Amino acid sequence: MDDLKLIVAPSPHIRDIDTTEKFMFGVVAALLPVMAASIYFFGWNAVRVLLLGAAGAIATEAIFQRLRKQPIRIGDGSALVTGLLVGLIVPPSLPSIMVVLGSVFAIAIGKQVFGGLGQNPFNPALVGRAILTASFAGAMTTWTKPFDVVTTATPLVVGEAASRVPDLFFGSVAGSLGETSALAIFLGGLYLFYRGYLDYRIPLGVFASVIVISLLTGQDPVFHLLAGSVLFGAVFMATDPVTSPITKPGRWIFGIGIGLFIMLIRIWGSYPEGVTFAILLMNAATPLINRWTRPRIYGQGVKTSE
Amino acid sequence: MIHKTFPRGGGEIPHRKEGSERKAIQAVPAPSIVVIPLHQHIGAPCVPVVQAGDKVKIGQRIGEAKQFVCAPVHASVSGEVIAVEERPLLTGKKVLSVVIRNDGQDELVKMEAGDPAKMSPQAIRQVVKDAGIVGMGGAGFPTHIKVTPPKPVEVIIINGAECEPYLTCDHRLLLEQAEEMVGGLLAIMKATGATQGVIGIEVNKPDAIERVEEVIKEHKELSVAALKVKYPQGAEKQLIKAILGTEVPSGGLPCDACCCVFNVHTAIAVYDALTSGKPSYERVVTVSGGSVVDPRNLLVRIGTPIQTLLDFCGGLLGQPAALVGGGPMTGPPVVDLLGPVVKNLSGVLALSHEEAAFDENRPCIRCARCVDACPMGLTPNLLGEYSDKGLYDKADKLNVNDCIECALCSYVCPSKRALVTWIIKGKAGLAAQRAKEKVS
Repeated sequence: MDDLKLIVAPSPHIRDIDTTEKFMFGVVAALLPVMAASIYFFGWNAVRVLLLGAAGAIATEAIFQRLRKQPIRIGDGSALVTGLLVGLIVPPSLPSIMVVLGSVFAIAIGKQVFGGLGQNPFNPALVGRAILTASFAGAMTTWTKPFDVVTTATPLVVGEAASRVPDLFFGSVAGSLGETSALAIFLGGLYLFYRGYLDYRIPLGVFASVIVISLLTGQDPVFHLLAGSVLFGAVFMATDPVTSPITKPGRWIFGIGIGLFIMLIRIWGSYPEGVTFAILLMNAATPLINRWTRPRIYGQGVKTSE
Repeated sequence: MIHKTFPRGGGEIPHRKEGSERKAIQAVPAPSIVVIPLHQHIGAPCVPVVQAGDKVKIGQRIGEAKQFVCAPVHASVSGEVIAVEERPLLTGKKVLSVVIRNDGQDELVKMEAGDPAKMSPQAIRQVVKDAGIVGMGGAGFPTHIKVTPPKPVEVIIINGAECEPYLTCDHRLLLEQAEEMVGGLLAIMKATGATQGVIGIEVNKPDAIERVEEVIKEHKELSVAALKVKYPQGAEKQLIKAILGTEVPSGGLPCDACCCVFNVHTAIAVYDALTSGKPSYERVVTVSGGSVVDPRNLLVRIGTPIQTLLDFCGGLLGQPAALVGGGPMTGPPVVDLLGPVVKNLSGVLALSHEEAAFDENRPCIRCARCVDACPMGLTPNLLGEYSDKGLYDKADKLNVNDCIECALCSYVCPSKRALVTWIIKGKAGLAAQRAKEKVS
């Protein structure tokens, strides 16, 4: 045993098997039903948008890491997730250049300028979408009906009367790629929860406040949950660990706050949909929420025996 | 049945105790040379009272405690002192040690023995002090100080949680020496004036729970607490919370919560010292891990080189990824295989490449698993970052000193960040900064 070569490292000497990669590719796996549904409803347009979104994000990530003389870590899956998310929150008919610009903005402005993975205050995909909305308002609100090339308005503009709940649930309505099928989103969310990658407090907080505010304002809560991107946003966007609170009570506040802003924008705002801005607003509030909801520390404020 | 546990944080980690949990304790023959460090405990080192050329017997005092927070050290073999010099511990740190060549005669000197039931609390404390007993679960805090609490104590808790993976020495001791453990507990209760004794055991050791319940049947003042298997159930503060429901105040001692905690092996050592006059010169060590040919629980003389233990267990299977002194969550890496067994060494682990894992320090994705897992309610992601960057004041504001260093934050981190390593450095950095501020 004279030639024993030991790795001398501090404790702990064992680690949980979960890794950042598993986390990121777990999210990709959870997105599979949503991607499948979007391809089913929108065909080659969906394939085009998803591929361009992913490619744009991964390329931008690699270029930035190269420029910043960092190890290229596109293999960790985080840029892939952002790229796919960008693809899933834009209209299926969005011109290719705009899709690519969206994912480039998402990674460059949304993530890398803050220092890369883990450093960004705002959800990168939503930053990309917000920039696209501001830059290409027309293209970003041109929706096509599934199985069809005819442009139409989102159910949120048409109104509840024209939309049937089963259509909203299964997905045969106009909208962004990923937001149309509630069933597919639900399946993905269940998978994330099962793998421990999603804290139920955030989506439940969003749903609870959307339902309560709908009821208080005399609107149909089922319609407000299923229409637009509430489900997709609550399950896949708001639960981004980097931009959501680190405490459990904080995640309740975060989710409820998102629901509140969604309904404020939908009912009184000038945009038909408010999920993007609601989540971005609560992203901004996250450091504050973390500070307010720090866990109680064992032994603090405990009296000493006599 | 509801199993007791602490309410906040904690986590499931693999047990990996199968290798040695069913193997009875086996004595390792004393080696031809022992190296006995004079500093095997928290506190001041001992002063040597022997020199090269002296003849010593087993149990003879070779290091004297000159200060209060210190414990004397005894010879573990009979023979000749061949050197009193600095020798490396298994961590590589050099400590003044007494090196003894074993003459194989096994001549003993014993302290005065008696019946603890007839001894005064003062007399019990004196024996514990003279026997050089220190916390054998890992902390190594001199036991005579703990049996002299500065304020009244009501409950004595025996820590049989053994929540670290691989380790099984306390489990085996509970099965094989339950009477001695209970005898030690009763003596400690007498010494401290406590009226109640609780033995906390994780429910993954049902045979130990059964055995101890059998032994304490006649004692109304004693009970067994069946503890949920959750890391770090055996951490002192978490154990107290689980069993008594009370918390130790921040910066305080268990006696501030009217209790005191002793490890299983420590209680047995107290019993042995009182009833047979045996000082602390040997202990049970678990040798385990995927790279050990035949994992076992060994009764070993203090001062035996780690190498001897590994050889006794059939040696190693190929190159291990890591050698650990103690449990895999908190034990230090073994740097020197000639480093000796000391009083607070509970295990020697040789982990295979499949078992061991190391820091990668990938970017934090703020998943907050460390926050959810922290049994103290801290925010390890922030503490680690502040400590690593030298922002000690910020770490202090987030109560870095409340960290118990259980390492669960590093364990759960998907980015494999060295959280606990940074935090431990941060605590030291903060102390240094505070000391500096005092001077200026």
